[in-house]
Amino acid sequence: MTRSLEERIVALFRQSKVIGGIYRSLGQEAESVASAYALDFAAGDVVSPLIRNLGSIMVAGFTPVEVLRQYMAKGNSLCRGRDLNNHWADLRRGFIGPISMLGDMVPVMAGITLAARMKKKEMVGMVYVGDGASSTGAFAEGINFATVQRLPLVIVIEDNGYAYSTPTYKQTAARTLADKAVGYGCWGETVDGNDVFAVYDASRRAVDRARNGGGVTLLEVKTFRMKGHAEHDNQSYVPPEVLEEWKQKDPIDRYEKLLIAAGHATREDLDAIQSRIRAELDAAVEEAENSPMPLPEEAQYGVYAGDGYWDNPPLCETRR
Amino acid sequence: MTISATDQEVTYLEAIRQAMWEEMERDPAVFLIGEDVGQYGGAFRTSAGLIDHFGAGRVIDTPIAEAAIVGAAAGAAMAGMRPIAEMQFIDFISCAFDMLTNLAATQRYRTGIGVPMVVRGPSGGGVHGGPFHSLNPEAFFMNTPGLKIVAPSTAYDAKGLLKAAIRDDDPVIYIEHKYLYRRIKEHLPEKDYIVPIGKAAVRREGKDLTIITWGAMVYTALEAAEQLALDGASVEVIDLRSLLPYDEEAILSSVAKTNRAIVLHEATLTGGVGGEFAAVIADKAFDYLDAPVRRVASIDSPVPYSPPLESFFLPNKDKVLAAARDLLAY
Repeated sequence: MTRSLEERIVALFRQSKVIGGIYRSLGQEAESVASAYALDFAAGDVVSPLIRNLGSIMVAGFTPVEVLRQYMAKGNSLCRGRDLNNHWADLRRGFIGPISMLGDMVPVMAGITLAARMKKKEMVGMVYVGDGASSTGAFAEGINFATVQRLPLVIVIEDNGYAYSTPTYKQTAARTLADKAVGYGCWGETVDGNDVFAVYDASRRAVDRARNGGGVTLLEVKTFRMKGHAEHDNQSYVPPEVLEEWKQKDPIDRYEKLLIAAGHATREDLDAIQSRIRAELDAAVEEAENSPMPLPEEAQYGVYAGDGYWDNPPLCETRR
Repeated sequence: MTISATDQEVTYLEAIRQAMWEEMERDPAVFLIGEDVGQYGGAFRTSAGLIDHFGAGRVIDTPIAEAAIVGAAAGAAMAGMRPIAEMQFIDFISCAFDMLTNLAATQRYRTGIGVPMVVRGPSGGGVHGGPFHSLNPEAFFMNTPGLKIVAPSTAYDAKGLLKAAIRDDDPVIYIEHKYLYRRIKEHLPEKDYIVPIGKAAVRREGKDLTIITWGAMVYTALEAAEQLALDGASVEVIDLRSLLPYDEEAILSSVAKTNRAIVLHEATLTGGVGGEFAAVIADKAFDYLDAPVRRVASIDSPVPYSPPLESFFLPNKDKVLAAARDLLAY
């Protein structure tokens, strides 16, 4: 679903129907899905993804049409056209999107898990950072504070090889990103990010530990960004042989082969799923395309509490 | 330790402590987070005794990490709490600038989730704190929609504005002036009260000139007004109390009466928020003016440490008098 939905978004981008940037997760889908799968949203767990975690968003229960409306800047999108891609938040649905300042959601998620503890609510938070974000001050301050407070937080570091054009070896001299856990005194683990089962197992361990009072885990998933930073970026800085090597490790191919080999599914079963997804996406694209743009004057509302803007449906729906 | 008995005069500092104490008592969602706020009771003793009464779960000592303090406070606020985040000196708020301007200020607008938190800390010069313990940071945040900024000058307002800030549904930067901490005291009402955000107070009525100011400069303005009264000039002193949103009506109606205005602030001149107030007067009260709007502020330099340098840097009564006499003779 993640990959198919992204392919639709790219198609819509090429028709100028998607506005702004697209940040592909091609090759990283398994770790997004498998890590978020370890959470229990019904129990109040909260996930804070990055731009390339469309998979986590699907697992959290958001629908393709909700995602498409966001990318198309629609007035009835989750952000009502005020912010792009996955920058929305809905804590009732266990979700808080990132802002563009990387690493910022680590302290914020520390605060969300701290609030839960104060309210005696049992929940686990999961926040994603990239290899790049792990260099930021916000990341360092957030993981340190969360660890000192022994908060129920899982910090997933996706090492996907590059932060925009900067390779991980220019980002850190640490042997692995999980090594940083030692300095903060939290748990650390590195896992093959393109092995959906390995990611799920490691995430599950981290989530269970957090739920049982064991505090913070820094879970490093090794994967690879198979596309440029955004659509305009042809990633000429990545050696072709590296891309070829990671193509062989494609997580969805691996998962499908394994399912078939183990007798859990046949090729036909998987094709049937794929065509169901295609139909669902066709309907979602149509619904998103038919959604209204925001009214221009909506720009002035909802800056502060008190004008009721967010307590009511968007004006593009009520004033048409 | 308990709250001071109300038959005693209460200092500006104690008023802040009382506001936090009473709000934590009133609402279990309110908590305090910051450096040395717990066991030590705060670098200035603003939170003395709170940890003993409310426990370490609600009076949280943190690592030295302002971005984490404000970021975690913002996260907790989004999740239904009402945190008070203390900056040990307000100068350190710049270490949390991103969390305030990019995250907290935009969260409601972008997502509909409010961030009801207060970020407070000691500001201002006059105590020889040097470049990093003397800041007046309001201009950094004035251009950030989504934030509110308040700056009390009296013990009454210190308490009432802090309570209003804690109960407000949006992020409020509460700028307390350390020069006033123990120099200002008064009797406070026994019953619960707030000072509404966005409302100015007239500290002295007059008809010849308006001085628009806030924080510790209110006292400088009042001293100057006293002196000018001896010359026969009647000066009105408006204490804005809230800078964002600010009481435009109070500014304009005073200028309509006096026809002359000085904007006085302790932050440095260029790009200081005084420019905003001067602009709104020029824009909306031009026809009433008998003289240019004058700004009196600190000189455009970092805050210097050595007493002679700091005295030269800061606005004072004489600088206000010079500006006022100029305008009155215009």
